[in-house]
Amino acid sequence: MRLRTLVLREIFERKSQLLTSFLAILLGITVIVSIKNITYYSEKAVAREMDSLGANVLVLPKSATLQDYYAADLQSQTMPEEYVTTLAMSDLAGLDNISPKLSVPIELQGKTFTLTGILPKSEFQAKAAWGGAGIFSRPIGCGASVGMMGSTDKKTLARKRVIETLEDNEVLVGADVASKLGLKDGGKLNVLGKTFSISAVLPQTGTVDDSRVFAHLHVVQDLSKRGPVINAIEVIGCCMEISKGLVEKINHLLPDAKVVTIAQITTTQQNVNRMMSNLSLMFLVIIIFVGGASIANYMYANVFERRREIGTLMALGANSGLVLRIFLLKALILGVAGGIGGYVLGTILAMVLGPKLAGVVVLPMPFLALLAVGISVALALAASYFPARRAARLDPCATFQEV
Amino acid sequence: MLRMENVSKTYRHRGKLVTALDGATLHIPTGDFVSVVGPSGSGKSTLLLMLGGMLSPSQGRVLLGAKSVYDLSPNERAEMRRRKVGFVFQTFNLVPYLSAMENVKVPLFLAKMDEKAQTERATALLDRMGLGDRLDHKPGELSVGQQQRVALARMLANDPDVILADEPTGNLDPETSQQIIGFLEEFNGEGKTIVMVTHDPRAAKRAKRTLRLQSGTITCQGATDESLYQADSAVA
Ligand SMILES: Nc1ncnc2c1ncn2[C@@H]1O[C@H](COP(=O)(O)OP(=O)(O)OP(=O)(O)O)[C@@H](O)[C@H]1O
Ligand SMILES: [Mg+2]
Repeated sequence: MRLRTLVLREIFERKSQLLTSFLAILLGITVIVSIKNITYYSEKAVAREMDSLGANVLVLPKSATLQDYYAADLQSQTMPEEYVTTLAMSDLAGLDNISPKLSVPIELQGKTFTLTGILPKSEFQAKAAWGGAGIFSRPIGCGASVGMMGSTDKKTLARKRVIETLEDNEVLVGADVASKLGLKDGGKLNVLGKTFSISAVLPQTGTVDDSRVFAHLHVVQDLSKRGPVINAIEVIGCCMEISKGLVEKINHLLPDAKVVTIAQITTTQQNVNRMMSNLSLMFLVIIIFVGGASIANYMYANVFERRREIGTLMALGANSGLVLRIFLLKALILGVAGGIGGYVLGTILAMVLGPKLAGVVVLPMPFLALLAVGISVALALAASYFPARRAARLDPCATFQEV
Repeated sequence: MLRMENVSKTYRHRGKLVTALDGATLHIPTGDFVSVVGPSGSGKSTLLLMLGGMLSPSQGRVLLGAKSVYDLSPNERAEMRRRKVGFVFQTFNLVPYLSAMENVKVPLFLAKMDEKAQTERATALLDRMGLGDRLDHKPGELSVGQQQRVALARMLANDPDVILADEPTGNLDPETSQQIIGFLEEFNGEGKTIVMVTHDPRAAKRAKRTLRLQSGTITCQGATDESLYQADSAVA
């Protein structure tokens, strides 16, 4: 017999009574953990996407919404491809790179993916040279596109979203597409009735790019019968120029398009994340009140119900400190169980809901286990302190006289 | 061994004072076996609880050995109960969610005995009470007589000098009552001092001495005598 045995026996004997308090604390912790977990990965995804996306300015059709900037080109609104030429031929300073896109949904072996048309850089250079005043004749000063100039590796698309050359019969496939369809470099892929050779499988990026198939913009326009249109232009602008009003200048040049900076778009995501953390704070307050009240209420009832037992223990020589410890240990066990349970459930919930709600892959965060157990234990102990003290101060004999 | 010096106890009940014990003075030497009788409400349980350090008197002193029980701090008193006093109750007061074995281990745990020694001692005590085959039974899975025997084993666990029993046979059939009283006699034979409250004349007669309470006053102390119970039986 140890203190632990005594407390655990009692808990298991009367577990149904404890259930409400346990569920209150468990659910509260579950929600907090899952919100925190999703928010963390969502914030990380924003940071990573900003980092991996070479572009920092987006040109979109006027009516496009900005729910998810990274999938901005997945919307059905389009704008004329001429815009690209307009930009390329302009005398705007600070445009380091321009990449137009047209995306259409496709079905491959019964699964839905996105076919994205892109324009390789060689064509711009041709265009620019042909135009005589192309953007690529200017020196590049911002660093955003340094290093990609001479690269012939098609995989740079995954990181820099820029590609040197792409033939009409070539495609690049995202990592998810490749793994789901079992595709390899050098293989063949039939898309919308045309057979392409796979020039590269792109490395995993953790973004929507993983379920894309990239082909030449004009080929995609032809195959989808959409005509010379695009969904988005990603622009790498020189940071200095952006602060000097590059966005306004582009807007002036293309009055019928919507021009936004990535920073602007990510504020949407950041706002969602901020709302999530406020929500988790609110939940914390709720569980402190509801969970705490439920535990305190249960503990008072438990002390009342066990007053004979407490008296017996005192008759056997237990002092009030031991009685206090019996109830506080019970609270501790409740808190630890609620914390661990809430962490496990919350993590599972986050891993299931994360991809659906926030479009991010969520992994378990051990740090949250500490947080969960900490909150839960502190709450259970605080709520049980006064009931436990009442038990410790019970008059031992009063517990005998009433049967 | 046990001494009460002019002890009174008044309860305040809904504003009115109830005198449960009124100026009780008594001396119980080591090795004595005293039965306490008297009508219901006469203060028997009150007297017993005060002897056991469970209930502080409104007036007077209670001495166990040489120590004045209620001049000790509550924790010292708890320690004193653990070392010196064993209680036996009418309703046994076994912990319902613990097995017979675990119930007997509770005082051993309070004495900080290690787990192995606890098991050995609890097994021996329950064996002595004839419950060697009921170690894992919970109180609800035992007959009332068996439950009281578990309570006796638990009471003996810390080898108390004084046994205080409040109607130990009150819930038992005559045969089991005799068995329990037999055990108490046995413990008395081993040198333990026993004070037993009882309504059962047959049980009271087995004690060496009888103490009669009437409305909170000790009316008679003497050798066990048939005549003491007549008034009581008439009331009951
Ligand atoms: N906590 C209490 N508050 C108020 N009055 C009490 C309290 N406990 C006992 N009393 C009163 O004190 C008196 C003595 O009670 P006590 O329990 O000692 O009687 P008793 O002799 O043990 O009776 P019984 O034979 O029925 O067990 C009774 O009149 C009772 O009503
Ligand atoms: Mg009584």
